[in-house]
Amino acid sequence: MKELSLFLGCLVPNRYPGIELATKLCLAKLDIDCTDLAGASCCPAPGVFRSFDRTTWLTLASRNIVLSEQMNRDMLTICNGCFSTLADANRSIKEDKDSKEDVNRHLEKIGKEIKGDIDVRHIIEYLYEEYGPEKISSYVERQLDIRVAVHYGCHLIKPTKERGLGNFERPGFFDELVTALGATSVEYPDKMACCGAGGGVRSSMKDKSLKMTEAKLSRIKEAEVDCIVNSCPFCHMQLGEGQSEIKEQMQIEYDIPVLHYTQLLGLALGFPAEMLGIDTNIEKNRKFMDILDAGMEC
Amino acid sequence: MTDKNTGETETMERIQNASIDALRCIQCGVCSGSCPSGRHTTLNIRKLVKIAGKNTDILNNKELWMCTTCYNCQERCPRDIGIVDILLDIRAISVQNGNIHPEHRIVCEMLLEYGHAVPINEHTRANRVNIGLEELPETVHKYEDGLEEVKSLLASCGFRKLIEQNES
Ligand code: SF4
Ligand code: SF4
Repeated sequence: MKELSLFLGCLVPNRYPGIELATKLCLAKLDIDCTDLAGASCCPAPGVFRSFDRTTWLTLASRNIVLSEQMNRDMLTICNGCFSTLADANRSIKEDKDSKEDVNRHLEKIGKEIKGDIDVRHIIEYLYEEYGPEKISSYVERQLDIRVAVHYGCHLIKPTKERGLGNFERPGFFDELVTALGATSVEYPDKMACCGAGGGVRSSMKDKSLKMTEAKLSRIKEAEVDCIVNSCPFCHMQLGEGQSEIKEQMQIEYDIPVLHYTQLLGLALGFPAEMLGIDTNIEKNRKFMDILDAGMEC
Repeated sequence: MTDKNTGETETMERIQNASIDALRCIQCGVCSGSCPSGRHTTLNIRKLVKIAGKNTDILNNKELWMCTTCYNCQERCPRDIGIVDILLDIRAISVQNGNIHPEHRIVCEMLLEYGHAVPINEHTRANRVNIGLEELPETVHKYEDGLEEVKSLLASCGFRKLIEQNES
């Protein structure tokens, strides 16, 4: 196990800074040695860029990986999309000599070279493998007595052959990290269904992507949960902002708070909701603040 | 001027190479049955796999872009066909032939200019400061030389040309 560098990506620092702060507060509290990855860019996102040109996708990803190699740290991602790109690119570099040579021909022009000597981690996978639910619960200062719909998102576990995190039909590790905080992970139909945003579908066919989201939200609503917890800012956006978009387009109203796992963890570790950006990022989260306040009183 | 026919033969060859794996398909339909997009759109991934290497029409198929790359189909395919990989390769050939959604072009232009698919805006800058973070994150938004590196690489890989060449 190496120390870590924090890869921010685009959506977290540029749209959901609360997730960035929550991540940093949690990492510090858990005594995880993680520093900023200065000068990183878009991962680049797998949906559009990988579809457009694989060499560009692999080369930009490699530049980000090199920044972490230069610090001799493994890379920590807090987004399923970033994880998908960076873990897949890293594996290509490690396993395929031709790809590596090809990429290095481009990187040479900016005076860089990729070696392939670090690993790319996702915070959910990292916390589960390196800490485990029991150790996480030993840090909990505030038991969260709430019902949670866990949303894994696609690219954290799939393709399973490459990810090695077990079967995608009924995974349990993320749920265990949620229950470690005192919360209940509620089973619901289509739990493993896609949020609808990936593959460039959200950007070019918003109406179609929202239909997928609506189907998922309706299942979650039936399960009567206090919030949705995700591991990816893109799912976060689709399931969060998507609720207002669905209201506008389909006149169906959902009122479900949405949190990134680091925000939920931050609460359990004792940080106030305001510090974790829970109140500002998604309008619906006002409701979640009320639930928390009610819990504090009794 | 390149001969149109030569160009088409080359494209056809590339499509065939990208979809060799699809020849092992038994048309069982497990992929379509597992597809979240197929439930809500016209995407029929089983049909796409069937016609993948057959002709260049597939490049104009709108369904190519309805896939969220969730990998369900690929995970469950009994023949272990790399369905999503095939689809992504065909998408790339389609893009090289000038088929780019206007919204996707905008995302690409963002990357070319800012090094981010979703660059920062005024609202988030203020929000960052409010919650106690620095106004700009530790990314190429803050490091000009890093952004220059990204731009050099985008040019070196031909990405800038790919996007600009196809501008309508
Ligand atoms: S699941 Fe596989 S074998 Fe069955 S139709 Fe789809 S691609 Fe073909
Ligand atoms: S990867 Fe694409 S085609 Fe396959 S199941 Fe998911 S959305 Fe459907």
